[in-house]
Amino acid sequence: MNKPHINIDSFWLPRQSSTLAEKVDFGYYAAYWTGIVFFLLITGATVYLVLKYRRRTEKDKTSPIAHNTALEVTWSLIPLVILIWLFFVGLRSYVYASVAPAESYEIKVTGEMYLWTFIYPDGTAVVNELAVPKGRPVKLIMSSKDVLHSLYIPEFRVKQDVVPGLYTTIWFNATNAGDTALLCTEYCGSGHSDMLATVKVLEESDFEKWIEQQSGPSDLPPEELGKLLYAKKSCATCHSVDGSPMQGPTFKGIFGRNEEFSDGSRVAVDENYIRESILNPQAKVVKGFPAVMPTFRGLLKDREIDALIAYLKTVK
Amino acid sequence: MSQTATVDHVVAPDSGKGAVDYIRNGKGIVSWLTTIDHKRIGLMYLGSVVLAFLVGGLFALAVRLELLTPSRTIMSAAGYNQAYTLHGAVMVFLFIIPSIPASLGNFLIPIMVGAKDVAFPKLNLFSLYIFWIGALITLSSLVLGGIDTGWTFYVPYSSRVSTTAVVNVTLGAFIMGFSSILTGLNFIVTMHKLRAPGMSWYRMPLLCWALYATSLVQIVATPVLGITLLLLIFERAFQIGIFDPALGGDPVLFQHFFWFYSHPAVYIMILPGFGIISELIAVHSRRKVFGYKAIAFSSVAIALIGFLVWGHHMFVSGQSELAGTIFSFLTFIVAIPSGIKVFNWTSTLWGGSIKLDTPMLYALVFLILFTIGGLTGVFLGMLGVDLHLHDTYFVVAHFHYVMVGGTAVAFFGGLFHWWPKMTGKMYSEKGGAVSAILVFIGFNMTFFTQFFLGSRGMPRRYYNYLDQFQPLHAFSTVGSWVLGAGFALGIVTLLVSLKNGKQAPANPWGGLSLEWQTASPPITENFESTPVVTHGAYDYPLAQGQKEHA
Ligand code: HEC
Ligand SMILES: [Cu+2]
Ligand SMILES: [Cu+2]
Repeated sequence: MNKPHINIDSFWLPRQSSTLAEKVDFGYYAAYWTGIVFFLLITGATVYLVLKYRRRTEKDKTSPIAHNTALEVTWSLIPLVILIWLFFVGLRSYVYASVAPAESYEIKVTGEMYLWTFIYPDGTAVVNELAVPKGRPVKLIMSSKDVLHSLYIPEFRVKQDVVPGLYTTIWFNATNAGDTALLCTEYCGSGHSDMLATVKVLEESDFEKWIEQQSGPSDLPPEELGKLLYAKKSCATCHSVDGSPMQGPTFKGIFGRNEEFSDGSRVAVDENYIRESILNPQAKVVKGFPAVMPTFRGLLKDREIDALIAYLKTVK
Repeated sequence: MSQTATVDHVVAPDSGKGAVDYIRNGKGIVSWLTTIDHKRIGLMYLGSVVLAFLVGGLFALAVRLELLTPSRTIMSAAGYNQAYTLHGAVMVFLFIIPSIPASLGNFLIPIMVGAKDVAFPKLNLFSLYIFWIGALITLSSLVLGGIDTGWTFYVPYSSRVSTTAVVNVTLGAFIMGFSSILTGLNFIVTMHKLRAPGMSWYRMPLLCWALYATSLVQIVATPVLGITLLLLIFERAFQIGIFDPALGGDPVLFQHFFWFYSHPAVYIMILPGFGIISELIAVHSRRKVFGYKAIAFSSVAIALIGFLVWGHHMFVSGQSELAGTIFSFLTFIVAIPSGIKVFNWTSTLWGGSIKLDTPMLYALVFLILFTIGGLTGVFLGMLGVDLHLHDTYFVVAHFHYVMVGGTAVAFFGGLFHWWPKMTGKMYSEKGGAVSAILVFIGFNMTFFTQFFLGSRGMPRRYYNYLDQFQPLHAFSTVGSWVLGAGFALGIVTLLVSLKNGKQAPANPWGGLSLEWQTASPPITENFESTPVVTHGAYDYPLAQGQKEHA
């Protein structure tokens, strides 16, 4: 697998590739310079005092001054004011990151051990590759199929846990065309560090083209496209084409087969039945199989369902 | 009070001659295993936690070695996940939490307040056994399939997916929690009830204040950990459906429970370190502590506010934005008392008579490393900045600056400081000084590098990583060898002194608190007669014959 890459163009931080990035970085540098000043004050004073007051004789007399209220109040209040300021600086970018613009382009994200699936509004589903249009707000609506994951795009400065049984969201507006890395930052098991994806930031016109291409090259004959989708859309994990039993019935000789269902009714497999099985699998459950087939409603386009049907006709 | 006093007048004179010291009072392993002497119990804790530190340290070195290259170096992904989990679990539950309170605290608190023992000596021994049993159950995971959940045990990975010995480790931690609670209880009662005549609260050494605050947190927070771990065990064994969404539970709830204990636990880990640093700086500067009450009460303030900030571990967990905002604000508030302490320590150097003995070197190392740890915590407390830094190496670096640069360094400083008292032996100053310097250099090589890694987007708990991060990772790994050598040299220096060390005088550093007014090592009853205290633990000007200032 080709590993993605994070572009780093400053001493500390990755390139700023979203509108959020500079707001987050402002907070980072506010804390950074505050830290440097206090660090120099404290270590400077420490080194100076240790050298100045090193022990000369065993009979040295030491200062009896045990406190100084004015001084102590000062060194409590000044940091307090600075810290409260930093709190508000942090809050500002957080609020910006929390409220997605209403017109955001929505992409559904599923995390599972150990891959990311991105589902576009037209049903296009892509694994481990997130293409987004440049200069348009994009909102990710995320959930997990198994354990906790966390979606992190360093160049965008966004991160959010992906939780089973809960929808979490993030949004960003990408500013640099090109590729960058998306990483999982919540430990999820042995493949945690391989749970990577490439983010492709594309110009608006390239993005439209990219979406088109995802449903397979349009010049492919339907049977070929169906075969491709059978593999790509994970049908192959439950249905064999060689007759061997898997979680679901084999596709070998499926077309025209006289199928019996769990309620005892029967039907001869035709185009309509296959379409129904894909879009509404629970409607008729094949006898002897559990009702675990997921619906592909919204995940497959009409053209793709037709292609799958065409392909199934060829599996003899 | 304007009369002058010398060190000898501070307490009733104590020759220590004639009576047998606590180490020689009773021979054979049985006399140790059945002892109710807080000093012996403290010593047995000390041996145990140092052993745990070595085990945890070996795991750390293995983890760093694996990270030398971006893909496999010496172990598989599963092996790596186990190594870092065991490193964390052993260091947190078997080393840092019990380290200072159970070893040095046990040894010192009764002596420092002028008592013969802790309030409940048998309970104290019982706590030690509970600790041992919990530790053994935790370590049994080593041979029973390991553990790969991270020390945070996040569900549903820990409850449903992981096939490792999760139950052993959590059950062990659950049991050790009781040891922690009982020890805290013992310390609090001891300080309330057994202070010697004249030992008012404000005359107590600051280590006592720090351990008092620590004990409060131990008593209040640890039960929550116990319940959480128990629920996790039930979830794993019986699928009760409290945390696992597949069973109708809530995984974020687990995180709330877990951090409700584990954030205060950060203070269980660091407050005792604060206490030690107050001692080291005052004694080795022979200077009245600047802002005694500020330091004492800031410990208590930290212990209390520390209960209200757990959500700062969960800014991106899916908790509500409002909750995140409140937790962030409170996190900034709790930073103030820690800052106050640092300023007071630095000011205590002013007008002192400073000698750079090994303990003082460690105290200075602490001051610098803890300052960096505290200041980098500010980044993480800022909501927006945490979006970028959460669960990256920046966090790893930050908490190692606090937990290792802070607590572990303080622990070693304290060990060198009280070693002559505990064992009656002086160690090689050269060995001690070199170890402090190696620790300082190695620590910064290892962990400062990780601020770069994290800022640049390197997530934590990664077995494979992007090639672009290799140079920094390699540098960090080399640093871990220097750091390991520093700690190892420290331990060797102390052990060698047991054989070759000169006999320690009662008061090698010229300290004024009670432990320096009795023999090294002390007799079993600590003092020949109950001491009478006439002034505070740091009244150096008085002891030096200066007029008392108001
Ligand atoms: C999680 C496993 C799983 C996946 C993935 C899956 N299916 Fe199924 N499928 C089943 C099961 C189990 C049945 C039988 C139970 C039923 O009818 O609901 C079934 C039934 C069917 C049937 C009816 C078969 C018959 O003999 O009557 C068709 C057609 C079908 N699936 C097509 C597909 C297509 C096309 C895909 C990929 C886009 C797919 N399935 C993906 C599990 C799966
Ligand atoms: Cu992960
Ligand atoms: Cu915390």
